[in-house]
Amino acid sequence: MKNQLKAVWQFFFGDSARAFGSVSLILLVLLAISPAKNHFSQWRHYQKQYLHLIRGRADAVTLERHFQGGIQQIWIPEQQVTDRCTTCHLGLKEASLADVSAVAFRKHPVVPHSLTEFGCTTCHRGQGAATTVEEAHNSTEQWEQPLLPAKYIEAGCGQCHLEKPTATPFLNQGRDLISSNGCTHCHTIKRGDGTYILPDDDPPSLKHIADKTTREWIYAWIKDPQAYAGTATMPNYHLRDDDARDISAFVISQSTALQPPIQPGQTDTKPAEDPAAGTSLYGQSFCASCHAMQNAAGILVGGNVGPELTGIGTKAKPEWLQDWVANPNHYDPGTMMPHYRFDATQVATLAGFLESKTEPDLVANVHLDPATSPQIEHGKKLVVENGCASCHEINGIKKPENFAPELSRIGSKPLSQLLFVEGVEHTLPGYVAAKVRSPRAFGPSLKMPQFNLTPLQIDAITTALLAQTDRSQTQPPAMRIASVQQTKYEPAGHAGQLMGDLRCLTCHVINGHGGDMAPDLTWEGTAVQREWLTQFLKNPETLRPALIRRMPKFNLTDAEITTLADYMMTVYQTPQFDRDSLPVSEFSPAVVEQGRQLFYSKFACQSCHIADYAKDKGYIGPALAGTGKRFYAAWIYHWLQDPQSLRPGTIEPNQHMTDDEARSLTAFLMSLNATGSKEATKK
Amino acid sequence: MKRALLAICTLMLVTGGCSHKSKPQPASIQPIANGTAIVESSGGKQIGYIGMPLDQPVVVQVNGASGSGVAGAAVNFSGPTGVTFTPASALTDSSGQVTSTVSLGQQAGRYKIVASTPDASGKKLELPLDEIALGYQQTLGAQLNGQYCIRCHDPESTPLRVSNMDNLSVKPHPFTEGDTLNKISDADLIAIISHGGPALNKSAEMPPWGYTLSKSDIAALVSYIRAVADPPYESGGLVYAQK
Ligand code: HEC
Repeated sequence: MKNQLKAVWQFFFGDSARAFGSVSLILLVLLAISPAKNHFSQWRHYQKQYLHLIRGRADAVTLERHFQGGIQQIWIPEQQVTDRCTTCHLGLKEASLADVSAVAFRKHPVVPHSLTEFGCTTCHRGQGAATTVEEAHNSTEQWEQPLLPAKYIEAGCGQCHLEKPTATPFLNQGRDLISSNGCTHCHTIKRGDGTYILPDDDPPSLKHIADKTTREWIYAWIKDPQAYAGTATMPNYHLRDDDARDISAFVISQSTALQPPIQPGQTDTKPAEDPAAGTSLYGQSFCASCHAMQNAAGILVGGNVGPELTGIGTKAKPEWLQDWVANPNHYDPGTMMPHYRFDATQVATLAGFLESKTEPDLVANVHLDPATSPQIEHGKKLVVENGCASCHEINGIKKPENFAPELSRIGSKPLSQLLFVEGVEHTLPGYVAAKVRSPRAFGPSLKMPQFNLTPLQIDAITTALLAQTDRSQTQPPAMRIASVQQTKYEPAGHAGQLMGDLRCLTCHVINGHGGDMAPDLTWEGTAVQREWLTQFLKNPETLRPALIRRMPKFNLTDAEITTLADYMMTVYQTPQFDRDSLPVSEFSPAVVEQGRQLFYSKFACQSCHIADYAKDKGYIGPALAGTGKRFYAAWIYHWLQDPQSLRPGTIEPNQHMTDDEARSLTAFLMSLNATGSKEATKK
Repeated sequence: MKRALLAICTLMLVTGGCSHKSKPQPASIQPIANGTAIVESSGGKQIGYIGMPLDQPVVVQVNGASGSGVAGAAVNFSGPTGVTFTPASALTDSSGQVTSTVSLGQQAGRYKIVASTPDASGKKLELPLDEIALGYQQTLGAQLNGQYCIRCHDPESTPLRVSNMDNLSVKPHPFTEGDTLNKISDADLIAIISHGGPALNKSAEMPPWGYTLSKSDIAALVSYIRAVADPPYESGGLVYAQK
């Protein structure tokens, strides 16, 4: 053995010539490693493949001219982008390669941003500077940002886009769900521009809860909110029976009587004998615009602004229901519900109708012994531990600060800081989605409750959370598209108080503040005539035949109507033009006739609007049969020329009509003097 | 070694593109009955989004010789790379049906998925289904369609959206009607959407949108119309199928 080794040694290094030869050979091999590595590198292989691909195509010459070999790089220092992706993805800008089946070489799908300005990793994540497939795409020990899976790709947009881009439905939905599920009662989520995602689920105060409902209902509700109403956004805490018993005991015990107190039997009118009276008052008052209720067939009908009412009779005490229907401000001054001016009979009828909507099974098996003080104490402890006061006002318990981790940068969280459990994909999106899906899977003692979300909703929320990256918080402000924030506008004075009482802004937007259920009223004073407005407030007729949500009748007094009409006619005027600038008297019959022609032929307005109830049917836009009694001619004239300038976002197409056309059409429309709605005309 | 393997795999993926065969499904499910036919109950031809689960699950039914459902037959779902099924295989329930939630792949296009079941002789009975995944541009088109077009172009009504089609004297075509829309060139589609029906000597009941929507909005509408056409538009994007 020893001899053999010696012989080998002798062979290579026996004399100086042999030694020199061997050492040179070794050096040569060593020197060749680096170029060889380069030569056999992955990206070269891709470049060869690409060349092979394009050479077989009709436009080979052009494509080859565009081809540049070697490592390619997009460098945008302000955005910390150093992306070498285009070293392998060579066809991204080649329109003719849209149909290539190899993803790596396909043209980038159409997006509104250019590669040169934004790079790749800004939206897709991944490691831009890497030159191997593995390092660029997947997470490695040194680099934790793998490519974003396609289903969360809108998270890329959400880093800069704080508004709601039309093309990112999931991002928008996710942000809305974060608000509507109240996630940000507990978690802080700060947007890049310093604003916050605010909750808009409006959880009720519990300070006077014993006036409203029973301990038994509270017990059933906190055990399983969705058992009471499938649409409930309150999450499930998976409480044990005795914990639910103690929490319900505490919640009742902390409740104080409302001041001034709710009067038992405030009216002596019994709930109407005739059940149809309640149904029809519920319908006439358009309660369903905001509240959902299961119909006889078990189908949920109605809006989601207020709570579902399917089982309201089991939840609410009869005297509370009467009090609430009479004036919701008494129990909850911050409610979104308007103060309908019902008379005593109507209150009794409607409250009686709601009382009859019960879910007796919910509380049938709940039997609670009177609460003991240790139970109440224990209940209080649980209420504090579970952070109930993050959402609800509770006597004697302060709203906890920062009850849950801040999520402003969750989209860049290093994996090493996350605790994974069995069955959760070891990626950031996997972690976030799993947390949203079933928080308690991460440990039964964790506080985050179970929300009631569909798989698509979970993906949407995950998308919105993944948009909260370091980049979103630190990039230059010029990169950001600001979110549309509600203004703080409130109507002023006596009329303002009245509009507050009627909660006009729950549905209408005025000067950038309010809901999106009903038309923007910012310029209403320039648009409509005072007589019409007065009549409408007295008896709101249906202007849009195909609309389910409608303006309710508030039973206003004449004095109230005068106050509202005066205010709206004076204050809500556009500075763009004077409503009196186009007197109707200027229109000759010939011009009116011209307008009729334009209406029915050139612009075919009847496909969306009704000018004549007898023959037109279109019902996308409002009926126009009463235009002459409703609008100012100047409004119609300007509206026709540029609808979006008067109401941004309206779907009425700008028809690019000439001044003359707009004048003739205005003349025709102002000649339409039908009163009432289709139903009224038929009678 | 691991890296080399990965590189090879990726290469295969790249060369094979999306027609690369997906992972073989575990053949663990043992049928306790066999059918003679497999048919779609619901869930085919849905319009979904890249990487996302489809809105409705896919429901297929295995029928016996009598034409009614067979319980306990094994159904296996498979599709191109990136498509996932939950569950990927299952036995039919008492009415002969299997329900599976389908998530589409990472690229926009048309995905061909297959539900299969073995018959008594062990031969595979196959039911091919098409699903559509919208990418960025088509999603924009879909949203704009929902805002501006659908009430005239879709005869279906929902509680929040009443169709206006019956009120029109000339009936527009739903955008899925490939037989008609595939024959209109991109340029003509852009013309009619921008300038209204008269641009193509059609009814003025089709309004012009060129002064309300931007050029890229209209391009997005066209790409949406192409993506959802049935039968498919020839160059309406990529088709993904298993090899
Ligand atoms: C007011 C109803 C209405 C609206 C809204 C509407 N269309 Fe139309 N559209 C029509 C009518 C009617 C036709 C048929 C015209 C004809 O055949 O003479 C039509 C035809 C078309 C055609 C030609 C193919 C066909 O169906 O005959 C296209 C493409 C089209 N519309 C696209 C759109 C797009 C895109 C939008 C939304 C931006 C839209 N339309 C909105 C009524 C409408």
